[in-house]
Amino acid sequence: MEKNLRSFFRRSTLNVILCVAFFAAVSYMISAKILNRYYTNIINLVLIYIIAAVSLNLTCGYLGQLPLGHAGFMSIGAYTAAIITTHFTLPDIGPVSGKALLFLIATVAGGVMAMAAGVLIGLPALRLKGDYLAIITLAFGEIIRVLVQNIKITGGAMGLGGIGKYTNFGWGFFWTVIVVAFTYLLINSRHGRAIKSVREDEIAAESVGINLTYYKIVAFAGAAFFAGVSGSLFAHHICYLEPGNFGYNMSIEMLVMVVLGGLGSISGSIIAATVLTIIPEVLQSFATWKMIIYSLLLVVVMIFKPSGLMGDYEFSAARLISRMLRRKEAAPKLPENYTEGGESDD
Amino acid sequence: MNLINHLINGIHVGSIYALVALGYNMVYGIVKLINFAHGDIIMAGAYVAFFALDAGLPTVVAVAASVVFCVLLGVVIEKVAYRPLRKSAKISLLITAIGISLLLENVAQKLFSATPRLFPKIISGGFYLGDRQISMTTIVTIVVSAVLMALLTVFVKTTNAGKAMRAVSEDTEAAQLMGINVDNTISMTFAIGSGLAAIAAVLYCCSYPQVYPTMGALFGIKAFIAAVLGGIGSIPGAVVGGLTIGIAEALTKGYLSSTWADAIVFSLLIVTLLLKPSGILGRKVVEKV
Repeated sequence: MEKNLRSFFRRSTLNVILCVAFFAAVSYMISAKILNRYYTNIINLVLIYIIAAVSLNLTCGYLGQLPLGHAGFMSIGAYTAAIITTHFTLPDIGPVSGKALLFLIATVAGGVMAMAAGVLIGLPALRLKGDYLAIITLAFGEIIRVLVQNIKITGGAMGLGGIGKYTNFGWGFFWTVIVVAFTYLLINSRHGRAIKSVREDEIAAESVGINLTYYKIVAFAGAAFFAGVSGSLFAHHICYLEPGNFGYNMSIEMLVMVVLGGLGSISGSIIAATVLTIIPEVLQSFATWKMIIYSLLLVVVMIFKPSGLMGDYEFSAARLISRMLRRKEAAPKLPENYTEGGESDD
Repeated sequence: MNLINHLINGIHVGSIYALVALGYNMVYGIVKLINFAHGDIIMAGAYVAFFALDAGLPTVVAVAASVVFCVLLGVVIEKVAYRPLRKSAKISLLITAIGISLLLENVAQKLFSATPRLFPKIISGGFYLGDRQISMTTIVTIVVSAVLMALLTVFVKTTNAGKAMRAVSEDTEAAQLMGINVDNTISMTFAIGSGLAAIAAVLYCCSYPQVYPTMGALFGIKAFIAAVLGGIGSIPGAVVGGLTIGIAEALTKGYLSSTWADAIVFSLLIVTLLLKPSGILGRKVVEKV
């Protein structure tokens, strides 16, 4: 137990150090203009999609449900946050800039609104079996789009402009770390095991006393919160929102990222989100074929490798380093032992 | 007075929904899958009919071509994409269905571009009932749908193939033990559903004469909602659901605004699932281990 705890802290320390190092390196490259505006924009977009994909993986990969309204939650977060930042200002408090504080509050508010919507839609939908959830969330996404088009505060079909470009690498990275840490800690906790048991067999899980609706709502609400957060970042990245931004296709793009990366693998979602965001940006000619290839990918992956590219494998820095150390230790030792003839070191 | 017009419009659109809902219903009844591609089969049928008519072929030939094409498409989709996954997790099957639906939409977009094509007028005329004009399109749509649904009911109730279909949807393994060829029965179900979709496509284009790649997506979803509303797995349920959705939509368009129609239909779905998840005419199935 104590050993487990110590190894957990050691791994956490390692991860924190790696995160800080990565963050420092990229921030330096951005401030030193090694990465120009174009690349910085792509990096921010990648982070936004990672947040959305990892949160979708929570419902799709770990809970085993298929929601098709992820873009709807993103749109709630995006509009909520954008309305807050365009309507209010905060004074600077000491060293903390008012704009940054407002953006933080707006993003959290966007997440909370999306989460509230998630609970609201989840309560009726999650009592039902898989397919109904897909349809009801799809319906929900459409209802949100119609609402956004028809109410005044969102700018209606004209769209909502004049949003400040607050999303930068720092914010994107901050939220990415939070969503990854949250998802990782949640699924490796008691709650997470309950969530995974729902995926494996609902009837069996229920019969051992797991409250299906409760755990479904927990996973659903968590995913909706981070979808809202990524929506807020998205809004303050492109600075202009229109109802068409968050259509059915966007929900599908998220789904492709999760499915391709592996249902139930955070690292898989991160890799898939990174690759699938960068490719269409870099290869403009690919853009027209994008949806055809995505749809083919969905079918082909499901038929030949339903677990996705990574399955449920997780990348772990601690494991990688300990393996490298072991190899380093083993490499010089082996001939030495061999010539001296004897001593087995296992 | 307006109300009756709206009701007639509602029944008109509703009977098209009912035809499509039947396809969803039969497929769901037999393989327990929401065939997301069903809506896009409608789109394919509409394009085939459009090109056939454009080439100067007579209406009957165009409709037949569209039916044949859709039947083939439905059967091929089932064979290539759904059959290998019949035993795997439900979520894989659903994701595949979504993939196929997107594939059809985007291939159509690549081939025919997103610009809508104008569907030629194949039914014209109308007559007066008192001082109210009823178009021929409405009459033809309602009559054709009613006849098809009656035929389907007779087919499922009395013929051997129909009985096999019911047996497979009741219990696949038991049906297999009784010597029913499950694969063929499932193919036949997809064929019938897709054929109905093709006819629905032509009827739809008679009243909304535009053909474009995503025309089937929303229409298909609304038809599925009709199927859920009426009760999945029941033929009369599809009819009741289709008419309800059609009338609700027509009344919303008539009295509120056309932009809200979709939201109202979707809210109807949510309310149904809350109050009676098995639908109006469906029966509750208890899952056993």
